[in-house]
This record gives sequence, C-alpha cells and structure tokens, in this order.
Amino acid sequence: MKPSPFGYSRPASVDEALSTLAAHGSNAKVLAGGQSLLPILSMRLAAPHHLVDINRLTELDYVRLDASTVRVGALARHARVLADTAARVAQPLLAQALRLVAHATIRNRGTTVGSIVHADPSGEMTAVLALLGGSVRVASKSAHRDVPADEFFLGALESAVAPGELALEASFPVLGPRSGTAFVEVSRRQGDYAVCGVGALVELDGDGALSSARTAYLSVSATPLVLDVSEAGEDFAAAAALAHEQVDPEADIHATADYRRHLAGVLTERALRAAHAGAVERSAHG
Amino acid sequence: MADEEHFDVQLVVNGAAHNVRVPARRLLSDCIRHDLRLTGTHVGCEHGVCGACTVLVDGVAMRSCLLLAVSVDGSRITTVEGLTERDGTLSPVQQAFEDCHGLQCGFCTPGFLTTITAGLRTNPDPTQDEARDLIGGNLCRCTGYQNIVKSVLRAAEIERERAAP
Repeated sequence: MKPSPFGYSRPASVDEALSTLAAHGSNAKVLAGGQSLLPILSMRLAAPHHLVDINRLTELDYVRLDASTVRVGALARHARVLADTAARVAQPLLAQALRLVAHATIRNRGTTVGSIVHADPSGEMTAVLALLGGSVRVASKSAHRDVPADEFFLGALESAVAPGELALEASFPVLGPRSGTAFVEVSRRQGDYAVCGVGALVELDGDGALSSARTAYLSVSATPLVLDVSEAGEDFAAAAALAHEQVDPEADIHATADYRRHLAGVLTERALRAAHAGAVERSAHG
Repeated sequence: MADEEHFDVQLVVNGAAHNVRVPARRLLSDCIRHDLRLTGTHVGCEHGVCGACTVLVDGVAMRSCLLLAVSVDGSRITTVEGLTERDGTLSPVQQAFEDCHGLQCGFCTPGFLTTITAGLRTNPDPTQDEARDLIGGNLCRCTGYQNIVKSVLRAAEIERERAAP
C-alpha cells in the first residue's frame, strides 16, 4: 500500500509544467488533487516514473464566468467550484452534481478538471461535461487545443489528454432561459461511487412545452452516455422506458447488469421530473 | 532504493515547525506518523475510504493518506494532538465525544475529531441531518454512529457555552 518510487517536479508556472511534461513524455503523470491518483499509486495499479505536481500553479485556481460559459481552471478544487454562487446560478447542474462527488473531505482537495481528465465511468463531472456539451482546453509545449466533450472521453479511465499535455480548464455552457437541470444517483453508501447516476437537461419552448430533453449516465458505460429522450415529451415514464432500452450496463461486484438497467430507468424519470420542474420555475422567473 | 531522490519538506504541525527529508512517494500520513512520530493520526484503509487519517491542512480537512508530504510542503497541519488546548483542556469536539460516549475502540476517532472540528467552523449549528452528512466520509465499526452524531451536536453546544461570557 505504498507507491513505488517516482521522480517529482513542482513547477512554478504553466510554461515550466509544459516543458517538464514534454521532457518526460509518456513516463510522466500530472498530480493535481490526487484523490484518484494516490490510491492508484498506493495500490500500485500504476507506476509512473515521474509526477509533475501542479499544486503551485495558482494561475489555474479559478472559476470564471462570462455570458455563455463557466470556465473552471485545472487547480480549482471541487469544494471551491461547489461554493461559487455565480457559477451555481449560471449553470445549476455543476453544484447539483458536485455535491454528489465523494465526500466533503475529498472535495476539499480533488479538482474538477482532474476528475474529468481521470475519465472514470462513475465520475459525476464527466457526465456533466458530456451532457452540457462542454469542452476541455488542453495545452502542450507547442500548442493549445479545445477538445469537445464528445471527443474527450476515449474509454474507461482514458481521456484525449496525450503524453506531454496538460488540461488547463474545463468549459461548461451556462444554462439557457426556460431550461432546467437535475442530477440524481444511487450509491450503496453516501459518497460512494454511484451504482448508477443520471443527469438531465430539459428545455421548454416559448409556450412552456417541452422542446428538448437529454440525459447523461454514469456507471453504465465506459464513456459518458448521453441520450436524447425528447421524443417522449413530458411523458417521463416513457422516457424512462427509452433509457431502460438503450443502456447496456455491465455487472460487477456492486450490482447486476439488470439492476443497473432498472436504476437507469427509474433515475431517468426522477431526473427529468426535477429538471422539468426547474425549467418551469426558471421560465416563470425569466 | 538507496538512490531514491529525497526532498526537503517544511511543515508546521500543531504550531511547531518541522523539517524533514523524504522521498517524493512519502504519504503525508506516514510522514506524520513515522518521520514526526505523531502517532495520533491513524491509518485505516490507506486509500481514502475510511477517513481515519483525516488531518487539517491549512485549516481544511483532508485525508493524509491521499496527500504526498512533498506536495504540501510549507503547509500548516493540525493533527488530533493539536486539538487539545495548551493547558490540557479537551477541545469542544473531544469533550463532546467523552460526554456522549462517541467512541469505543477509538481507532477511527482521530479522523472524526479533525473532520468535525473543521466542519463546525463552517457550520457552527448543524441539524441532525447535517451532522450525519458531516461524518458521512468516516467509517466507525464500533459505535453504530448514533453517539457520534450526538457528539457533533453536543460539540456545537459546548462551543456556544464556551463562547458565552
């Protein structure tokens, strides 16, 4: 239960971090909050030769908001993002999901961008990025690129961040008018990885009728699964049936595939109802 | 691993400055227990599940088994040993655990005490539900948690009693 030996650098600037990452290539791993990385190292599921610790890059510790986007820097801890009132108002799904990310003690250190790059199929923030159609800004020594969510998650625990690259920030579109969101999940114990989780985004038209309904799923697929269930309209039980049909989860020690599929249906209905109620309320105040 | 690179790390632990020289892979929990000989911090699962090793880093509750000592170089750390007043008076949270029988074997207790200490600073007057939520990340195999929840509420009460003129 101790990590194997590794080299260590603690760059003082993003430029220095990118040079260090370029020098070490695929032998290096970025350490941000480390709340997923440290257990992996301690259990020796991974043994990188070199860690590049970005905890001194305070320039990446930010939550910024403009008219269309909430931008979260790579060193912003979950707790900080969760506590950001402006971000919560602009895109309520962030806080709705963040309060379900592990426990407060973990959120105090873990970073939102780090959990997205970690690309865990049961990570809430991966599903949030996918559902909202956000993007991740990735830098290497020679270039910057913005990777849209649907190209970012390549497989379980595999993101588009290549050796030599550093994810600088994640961008989440703000919530539109007449829209609502919700995030619900079932876990064995509070704060544990969810057996299944569902995020929902519902949009209403000018007459208050449902015009779009999308849902995103955790723990039922290798990469975040996003479904468009608009065709079911406000018949959320029908939307749940659609989800039940379309998810294809696997069984593991925590749950059978059938139970996960069952939960995907039940939670789809719950999430859509809550998101719809949010959209109705927002329309009334908008 | 005689040739493993070592790093100088400065930590202010419970108000006392310490300089240690550790390999990068030294967990903060091991640094506190082995290098600093402060064995009040307990290590249960060593992968972030049980909460026994929780300490305060610059006043914020974190799991010391999920931190590298080198990564928190320069931080102020509070362990369970640092909760007691200088004159030996138990802190409100410690006193509450005694009052409410909030522990049995005591292995998990240091993590509960640190977690609750930080939690009450953020929320000095928790409801029962909030108290349960606060300790949701800490495992106890003895008590069944009921008396720990009572201890959280009692600690808030003691804080208020001690603050009253």
